[in-house]
Amino acid sequence: MDIQPYLLLSAITFVIGVVGVLARRNAIIVFMSIELMLNSVNLSLVAFSAFLGDVTGQMLVFFVMTVAAAEAAVGLAIIIALFRNKQTVNIDDINILKW
Amino acid sequence: MTLQSFLFYLLAVISVGSALLMVTRRNPVIAALYLILNFFALGGLYLTLHAQFIAFIQILVYAGAIMVLFLFVIMLLNLGDVKQLTERVSYKKIIAAGLSFALLMEMLYIFVYAPSDLPTSRFEQAATIGTVEYIGKQLYTTFLFPFEVASVLLLAAIVGAVILAKRRLN
Repeated sequence: MDIQPYLLLSAITFVIGVVGVLARRNAIIVFMSIELMLNSVNLSLVAFSAFLGDVTGQMLVFFVMTVAAAEAAVGLAIIIALFRNKQTVNIDDINILKW
Repeated sequence: MTLQSFLFYLLAVISVGSALLMVTRRNPVIAALYLILNFFALGGLYLTLHAQFIAFIQILVYAGAIMVLFLFVIMLLNLGDVKQLTERVSYKKIIAAGLSFALLMEMLYIFVYAPSDLPTSRFEQAATIGTVEYIGKQLYTTFLFPFEVASVLLLAAIVGAVILAKRRLN
């Protein structure tokens, strides 16, 4: 087993996440696509860690998961606050920061 | 075909399929459930790489904690109206698909055709570095400072989430 299939799978999953972020208008699904992208990068890190025999990649995955947990908590709180103010989670309707 | 490559291709198909279904579903609850399936497949892929600790943390933290938070928020927001959730195909989505396809082609070019100078594989060592014992030892020695900073980050996230989601007092 080589490292290339893992990297290709990681790239494909990352691009699916990019499609979700760019094409979807539901803020929650955009947010879940960001989680998908984080996970695909984690797969690359673990694959490199295993094939290079170095634990640093797996440590980085551990900290990415910590940051993802923090990001999910704050991001979902922002979505709740937005829904309370605008009664929608469609990101086309949330354009108050647009110039 | 070895057991590792068989498991890899099985889990890769589940992973890509559930990711595609997640991105295309209209109902966010179903999308979240497909994302959980994707996280389980990814946990299995970590096991094929002998990263036992990361595999279990993946299922406990991602599929367990983070996705429960997502489902909880989806149910809290009460997005029951299906008409509100429909999204039309517009020129923006076609541009988005084109850009994503270009990104995919760039990545495939880098991983498949570009000359790589990777060091020789030391995959036989992977089983020793993925254990809880080894990772725990590294976490409390070499990576002690980032570990402590992560705890401060989580505290800041808790305070921030409570303040943002709280109703106004006046």
